[in-house]
Amino acid sequence: MSRRISRIIVFSLIFGGIACCVHSGAALAQSPDAAVRPPQNVRAIDTRGDEGGSITVMWDLSPDDYDGTAEAVTVIGYEIMRAESPGGPFASVGFASAGATRFADASTHDGTDYYYQVTASTSSGGPVSPVIGPVRSSPQWFNVNRANVFIIGIILSMSIIFYIASARRGKKLFIRRIAGLEAVQEAIGRATEMGRPILYIPGIQDMDDVQTVAGVTILGYVARTIAEYDTKIEVPTSRSIVMSTARETIKAAYIAAGRPDAYSDDAVHYVTDEQFGYVAAVDGIMVRDKPATCFYMGAFFAESLIMAETGNSIGAIQIAGTAMPAQLPFFVAACDYTLIGEELFAASAYLSNEPKQLGSLKGQDVGKSIAMLAIATGVILFTLHQVTRVQWFMDAGNWFKDLFLLN
Amino acid sequence: MWMDSPNWVTFGTWVAALLTLGIMSFLYKDNKVYKFCEAVFIGISAGYWFVSYFWQTLLPRLGDPLVAGAKSFFSGSPIWGSLVLFIPLGLGVMMLLRLIPKTGWLSRWPLAFVVGYTAGLRLITFLQSNAMTQLQNSVQPVVRYDAAGGFLAWESFNILLVTVGTFAGLFYFFFSKEHKGAFGRVARLGTWFLMITFGAAFGYTVMGRMSLLIGRLDFLLADWLKVIG
Repeated sequence: MSRRISRIIVFSLIFGGIACCVHSGAALAQSPDAAVRPPQNVRAIDTRGDEGGSITVMWDLSPDDYDGTAEAVTVIGYEIMRAESPGGPFASVGFASAGATRFADASTHDGTDYYYQVTASTSSGGPVSPVIGPVRSSPQWFNVNRANVFIIGIILSMSIIFYIASARRGKKLFIRRIAGLEAVQEAIGRATEMGRPILYIPGIQDMDDVQTVAGVTILGYVARTIAEYDTKIEVPTSRSIVMSTARETIKAAYIAAGRPDAYSDDAVHYVTDEQFGYVAAVDGIMVRDKPATCFYMGAFFAESLIMAETGNSIGAIQIAGTAMPAQLPFFVAACDYTLIGEELFAASAYLSNEPKQLGSLKGQDVGKSIAMLAIATGVILFTLHQVTRVQWFMDAGNWFKDLFLLN
Repeated sequence: MWMDSPNWVTFGTWVAALLTLGIMSFLYKDNKVYKFCEAVFIGISAGYWFVSYFWQTLLPRLGDPLVAGAKSFFSGSPIWGSLVLFIPLGLGVMMLLRLIPKTGWLSRWPLAFVVGYTAGLRLITFLQSNAMTQLQNSVQPVVRYDAAGGFLAWESFNILLVTVGTFAGLFYFFFSKEHKGAFGRVARLGTWFLMITFGAAFGYTVMGRMSLLIGRLDFLLADWLKVIG
């Protein structure tokens, strides 16, 4: 009995094993991976408009790429292989996910010939496309993908140059009243009458921020008035280059006002680059020196409210100007006058009344008019498409919108 | 490291807590403790930034490449890439000439260079991010319908509001025209949009500041006094 049972077990194992082998072989033959086709029409070109060191490889999707049905998901991505000779050896330089049709190989050396293959990757390897090449990367002088930026920049520059020339010819250019700036004279006068200093904060960014540049420009105007009134000014800075620039600006203002003897380097001093260390120092200056007027002109971050509230607590008249959207609410709430965004940049033109700056401001208004016209055209085209369902409006709208697309 | 020992960690926590309280004492009024903490904070931070700039900017971006260029020069290799480094080196030296009264005027050149390249470089950046990208996003239909042709009232209202706000805001920032008549009324509407935006931003940021305060109180009560878990 036991021998019969052991024979049955042995036969079962043998036939079971054979059956399993036959079944798994059949399954292997039916595996979707084996039938996957490689990507089609693979090509490689030097990446356009770059500084070199990059080749863009493109392909048409493998017919077995994801097509929206779960059963068809066979290609999980594309592996990009590179070699320096057509015979290889090919090594992977990157992976693009399923559905992608291009890959920028940014690890090339300019002037070297490269050959590429693209593998349609599956869970168990995948078919490889034919070898393409040779391709070389090289730098270009112009980024043709950004031609629209260039053209818009040229139009803006031309309009600015035109208005500057008009102003120089003596044409009167009108600039509207900016409330915050009209208070500058009043604020300086108040400090003079009270015999207390003026505190000027040119933001906490370096000279490579245009807001700091605008802040230092306004400082020049303020310093000139101060020199005339013989009032004391204090300018703590958080960047060493801002300190040097502010000193030069104030010195030039004092010379222009005919008071070079009244200028002292001590008016401008460096504190620290550390944001809150700087704030601690400025708050200390405020409560100890009790300036009659505080100016905050430049780029600010979390310290804006701390400084403006401290200035408010000592009863100073406060005028702020910044283009930092997140800090404007605090200045609006805590200061007497606030220059909002572009008003900060317009301020120096308004204050100086120089033809160059007035022309520049007028030219920028032309830029805004063009922007409004462009938005209105695009909005009308897309709205007409929604209402009429005429495809032409959509195509025209997309073409128009692409004029401002950044590649 | 000896600084990682428990005693030093405890000592560091005490110093940080006392300095925090010293700075917070300013809320009452200016006092000697605050002045001391302020001086410590400014001195340490200024020293820290000097060391940081020296080791993380000056040395790796200028000093080391110059030394490597000098080595290449003496070994007969091409050094064209290193020659460009003499421009920032020269500008840096010119900045330091401020310290000598007779040559101080030379420091205006690097300053002019910084301001000039800033204006040129930022023009393109601003044109791209502040003008073209926003312009692209503003171009939308002000009426919306779903696939079945039904009017999407709320979505349309939102887009209309954004579009009107964009135009009104742009009107406000026109400087070469007086804000009078119909133009002035649209510009005033722009002011309303700005103020409502500022109000929303104010509330949002105040919440962020509260989280900073909570973080500091958490340090005092949990890490220092250990009265909360």
